[in-house]
Amino acid sequence: MADTTVNYDLIIIGGGPGGYVAAIRAAQLGLKTACIEKRKTLGGTCLNVGCIPSKAMLESSEHYHQAKTKFSKHGIVVGDLKLDLETMLKRKEGVVRQLTNGIAGLFKKHGITHVNGHGKIVAVEGPNKVVEVAGEPGTAPVRISAPKILLATGSEPSELPFMKFDGKKIISSTEALELTKVPEHLIVVGGGVIGLEMGSVWSRLGAKVTVIEFQDRIVPGTDRQAGNELTKALAKQGLEFKLSHKCLGARPSGDKMIVEAEDMMNGNAKVTFEGDVVLVSTGRKPYTANLGLEVLGITTDKGGRIPINDHFETSSKGVWAVGDIVDGPMLAHKAEEEGVAAVELMAGLPGHVNYEAIPNVVYTWPELATVGYTEEEVKASGVEYNLGVFPFMAFGRAKTMDETEGFVKIIADKKTDKILGAHIVGPRASDLLTEIVSVIEFGGSSEDIARTCHAHPTLSETVKEAALSVEKRSRSI
Amino acid sequence: MKKNVVAPSVGESITEVSILKWAKQNGQAIKVGDLLLEIESDKATVEIVAESAGTLQILKQAGDRIPIGEVVAIIDDSIASSAGPSMPPPPLAPPAFPPLPGAKAAPPAPPAFSSAPPSLPPSPPPMAAASTPNHGLSPSVRRASAELGVNPATLSGTGKDGRVTKGDVLAATPSAPSAGATSAGAPSYAPPAPTLPKPPAATDKPGDRRVPMSMLRSKIAERLVMAQHTAAILTTFNEVDMSAVMKLRSEHKDAFKAKHGVNLSFMSFFTKASIAALKAVPEVNAMIDGKDTIYHDYYDIGVAVGTDRGLVVPVIRNADQMSFVDLERKIGELAIKGRDGKLSMADLTGGTFTISNGGTYGSLMSTPILNPPQSGILGMHKIMDRPIAVNGKVEIRPMMYTALSYDHRIIDGKGAVTWLVTLKDFLENPEKLGFSV
Repeated sequence: MADTTVNYDLIIIGGGPGGYVAAIRAAQLGLKTACIEKRKTLGGTCLNVGCIPSKAMLESSEHYHQAKTKFSKHGIVVGDLKLDLETMLKRKEGVVRQLTNGIAGLFKKHGITHVNGHGKIVAVEGPNKVVEVAGEPGTAPVRISAPKILLATGSEPSELPFMKFDGKKIISSTEALELTKVPEHLIVVGGGVIGLEMGSVWSRLGAKVTVIEFQDRIVPGTDRQAGNELTKALAKQGLEFKLSHKCLGARPSGDKMIVEAEDMMNGNAKVTFEGDVVLVSTGRKPYTANLGLEVLGITTDKGGRIPINDHFETSSKGVWAVGDIVDGPMLAHKAEEEGVAAVELMAGLPGHVNYEAIPNVVYTWPELATVGYTEEEVKASGVEYNLGVFPFMAFGRAKTMDETEGFVKIIADKKTDKILGAHIVGPRASDLLTEIVSVIEFGGSSEDIARTCHAHPTLSETVKEAALSVEKRSRSI
Repeated sequence: MKKNVVAPSVGESITEVSILKWAKQNGQAIKVGDLLLEIESDKATVEIVAESAGTLQILKQAGDRIPIGEVVAIIDDSIASSAGPSMPPPPLAPPAFPPLPGAKAAPPAPPAFSSAPPSLPPSPPPMAAASTPNHGLSPSVRRASAELGVNPATLSGTGKDGRVTKGDVLAATPSAPSAGATSAGAPSYAPPAPTLPKPPAATDKPGDRRVPMSMLRSKIAERLVMAQHTAAILTTFNEVDMSAVMKLRSEHKDAFKAKHGVNLSFMSFFTKASIAALKAVPEVNAMIDGKDTIYHDYYDIGVAVGTDRGLVVPVIRNADQMSFVDLERKIGELAIKGRDGKLSMADLTGGTFTISNGGTYGSLMSTPILNPPQSGILGMHKIMDRPIAVNGKVEIRPMMYTALSYDHRIIDGKGAVTWLVTLKDFLENPEKLGFSV
């Protein structure tokens, strides 16, 4: 067998943001690299059924929503506004196609071998690990080997045992991106990022949306003040929140679905919700099934994650792991950073990921963008802090845009003024946050932002104003 | 054409100088090589001569403190050099932006509704201006270090790749208010805090005279306090019977003077004997650098010289390789330069050990303070006839108390005592020093 095995310097299993970015970096560093991806297209969940298509749908649905609810205020009268969902979905697919093809092009340019199929580690031969890739049914598996393996197999939606996905009535985020008809009533189980984004899409397109959340707040783990602000804004748009509700199950009733839950704030009273489709978005789980970890003696932890050291190396020498299958937030950009750092460390370079400076965004409108520690976390740590909060309401550019919901909140160490965290709810919060992330990455202070010139009038000035108000020097409120 | 006269760099650690006096008047015609002004740093005075000819336009006055690199005057050769002294100074206009390439032919754009001031192209200053001090530091670090008088270059940064953060600057300033308190009503551009601890606010009573310290004086004050705060200074004493040295000196001083034209003083003997002792106890010729000790295998001996503006310590380089004649010549030369305020930076920096002679003023006993980063300083004192016991009999001998102040962090008591005993041995047996006329 060995003679038919093609040997590489590095095999990456998984072609998502962790894997494909690592592959490009590896190729740049001169490693002969193969990347195994079971989807026909590269880009993983992010590009195919995650970040990108959801953003395409969020963008389209927001345009529709604007035309329906906001144009008239600007003096724009739209006649008979119609939704062409088919075109909207096609546009989304076009965007995905362009981007996944773009990665294929990048692979070609960098001389990276893309092996299509499910990769499984089957043997260790001397320093080399052998990976067998099962392609289309009926074709012989391909065997490739390398002394270095990077696992970047990502994650998949986790299922509730009492509400199994059927792809039609009980769906995951994947199907929620391609509903061919706007449901009358969409029930979202889980008020995290995916539930809120997909809930927003279908709410804007006309569905009634009910979000059932186990905890007493949406986007649990986020800064409470920011989370509350987002809840308020989304409720105003018509999303219905059932917090502290425990889902018990869902059953069909004719064409409809009945979701049963307990209201934990009301003596565990039974409540039922009748809807057309149930989106279960309670989280994602690492995807390591049938990967052949046992061949390498790698065991996963309780959460199904692969333990790694601070060099991203697993318990098996020469095998690294990054992204959703290791500890930390399941975010495309976190996986990318880790993939690059892992490859640089393999090559003897000083790769590093700063986990204090990883942004996290919910792409609703207004958006919620956060980085670093929440106010609750800082308070609990005992570190004394100063707070700078600046509302968009007080700001000229936001007024001209008629986007006055939300605020910028910066938390800084009282002694050193170092920025510990930032939380933005507001228009394009995702883009506004970037500046603060950079400053955090450099160990900077709120004053560093406050003393940096910001173009006027831009939304970014709200960040400067919040930074100024950390030291009580805001000029606008 | 206008040429700038700038405050020149006078040494690595010097960021500010003051103008001692102008040798020329505003509007006066200047030739190349003319003495324009004297500036004083905390270590030396420097004369600045004209590098171009033209008419002098003075921008900074005597007594002004100015950062290194600042323009103090302009020499303009486009103005007739006969112009009288009534020439008005030029307006202090900011330097014009360079024209944008291709901007010449473009008609002036109509004023746009933007916040940018009209007519100024929004281009950054020319790249040449990258010599701006503190280039590469973050805005808050630039502000905090200027306001608190901390040199960021002396801090080890905790930011990315060792960058200095605002917190690092605040941490280096123990009295600095916390970030939150800084702004509570206080103007954010306060003048730099004085580096000296302030005495309790003294109110001037009738009969008090308040005189600002010269830069030299304030630098001396700052360095002495710094030395006291950083090193573990201890002083050990001994005494030297100077009979042998005095005998040798009185026998040879006339011949020495006749042959070499310089006086034979005790300084050369003490310098020679100190070097012998430094060779015996090398840590006295060493310094602390962070977690390391740096031993110097050369002997650059500082000799404290009193001047009417304060004490300066010019350095005799490679003193171990010098003869008695060389030493006396060099010491005399440096003393005159010190008296006249002509010592250069090179004369004043980098000593490895210092000798201070309080005896010239009559001191019988003193504890000198270290000259950082050096670890040892010898105090010489007045030679006085005193009765001492010699071989069981009381004799009158010319005696001098000697004091070695040392940094106990790297020098043990044993080393310090041994050092003084070695010095004593060489001075009481000066033939070991290899004296010759």
